[in-house]
Amino acid sequence: MQIHSSYEHLLRDLVHADERFIVMTAENRAAIRNLPGQIGERFIDVGICEQTMIGAAAGLALRGRVPVTHALATFLTLRAFEFIRTDVGIPGLPVKLVGSFSGFLSEANGPTHQAIEDVDLMRGIPNINVWCPADEQDMLLGLETILRDPAPYYIRYNNTQPVIGHSPEFIPGRAEVFSEGSDVTLLTYGTLFGECCKAAELLRQEGVSVGLVNLRTLKPVDTELLLKAARESRLLVAVEDHFKVGGLYSILAETLTEHGVQARVLSLALDGRWFKPALLPDLLEYEGFTARSIARKVIQRLSEQ
Amino acid sequence: MTTDEEQRLKDLAHRTRRHVVRMATEGGCFIGASLSCVDILTYLYSGWLKVNKDNLKDSERDYLLLSKGHDVPALYGLFAELGFIESERLKNHLKTGDHIYWHPNRNIPGIEFHSGSLGHLLSVGVGIAMDIRLRRGQGRVVVILGDGELNEGSVWEAALVASAKRLDNLIAIVDRNAFQANVATEDLIPLEPIEDKFRAFGWDVTRVDGHDFDALEWALYDIPITSRKPTAVVADTVRGKGLPSISARADRWFCNFSPAEVQMLLDELEGHRRAELESETIVAR
Repeated sequence: MQIHSSYEHLLRDLVHADERFIVMTAENRAAIRNLPGQIGERFIDVGICEQTMIGAAAGLALRGRVPVTHALATFLTLRAFEFIRTDVGIPGLPVKLVGSFSGFLSEANGPTHQAIEDVDLMRGIPNINVWCPADEQDMLLGLETILRDPAPYYIRYNNTQPVIGHSPEFIPGRAEVFSEGSDVTLLTYGTLFGECCKAAELLRQEGVSVGLVNLRTLKPVDTELLLKAARESRLLVAVEDHFKVGGLYSILAETLTEHGVQARVLSLALDGRWFKPALLPDLLEYEGFTARSIARKVIQRLSEQ
Repeated sequence: MTTDEEQRLKDLAHRTRRHVVRMATEGGCFIGASLSCVDILTYLYSGWLKVNKDNLKDSERDYLLLSKGHDVPALYGLFAELGFIESERLKNHLKTGDHIYWHPNRNIPGIEFHSGSLGHLLSVGVGIAMDIRLRRGQGRVVVILGDGELNEGSVWEAALVASAKRLDNLIAIVDRNAFQANVATEDLIPLEPIEDKFRAFGWDVTRVDGHDFDALEWALYDIPITSRKPTAVVADTVRGKGLPSISARADRWFCNFSPAEVQMLLDELEGHRRAELESETIVAR
């Protein structure tokens, strides 16, 4: 398969190559605008009916299809939650749930559109896995593997531009490790990877030994990597555009507790509140998630011991 | 329908009702809702649906989805009679060693999809019907809806989509027994005129006595009524049909009778004297 420049092109070629794939949307076409004319009947838009989309996807999957469903992350995971849990999760049908504008990517929409409990909700459903690519390149590297995986997956769609090249070796449950550090390891996923990458560079300039990890899949999660980082770094930092409850910080706490490993952990997340609606650069600044902010908070925490 | 054929269906429905009554003890079941749809299911599985014990995995088969779910004893009783499962297996009702519990699941041969949460299977049926269309198949998808289930908005969402996608291979049958859980439907959230509601959503609609096999044959003979339209069949039924002592009563929805009461109900089913019931009503929802 050729190198693809966009999600839409890759999806189109996968649909053409494998008759199992059906592209569905609840009238959210941002990422798949040109597909109707290219894949014909295998593009199904059900209108603004997230529940029916998921129920129908289950029906298609019962007939051997792999529906790749699209909706705004918040309406997909919240409005259709019970359909996902009951019709996809219980039978473990291979339905792919692509949520767009998740986390900070909802920008100025306001709290109705802020999917910042999506990872929590989706990973809590038995059988359903969770993949949060760091940017468009990372997403294109993993997409075929995830779509061909027999498990249902929640996918935090992310078409932001990469700040650094990613490893083409993509294995669900395997994190992408950019560096290891004895002082601190930045653990992150999704949109904030870029800021963390720049924060790591700022910290290095301050003489801090920094590890940088892109988790890629949060379920299955790379348990060994998390334990290794806990043993080798003086501080772990979980950075996420998600509520503090239920996301990476929780996953880390569960993992460390289960394995009896102690670690100092700093959570940079949304602690019991929605974020200020604004354009991405402005809200990163306002909420303290720019590279500079992240680096400052890490240095402060390192100095507290 | 010939007299012989009608008698054959009546006998089959009767044997199915006996299975249902036997499941209404030692934990009980939703006996009222189960008895109301026995005749509909009996008719469908007696030749109308292209499905039998030998083609349960055939991609060309017709599908039946039990959306209201809690009436599954009717389906299990019928499946035992049709040889999908052994009759003996019904004795495992509510036992941990088997999968025969209050709502349907795919561990039982013939069950196409699990249900229990109302308002799900019309959309699942939409997906199955769309795939049959994509593959240019002839299969039909029947979804049995409870009338109380029509309270759920997701039913109407799926109804809109089915109409928009012109799924004339999709048939919704409403088991119109006029009760939902603990109250009469019209006393809580009135549903009538149901036919007008489905028509307004782009469906063809027909209404039928859901206990009259001849009428069911006429109603279901020529579906789709109109090409490129889904069909709704509103089947008027009686909750607890076959047992005058419990029928059409708001307080006889979920019942857990004593073994002696079950015996009396089985006698009542045979047309003998009416059962004298003392078990308290269980409001299970």
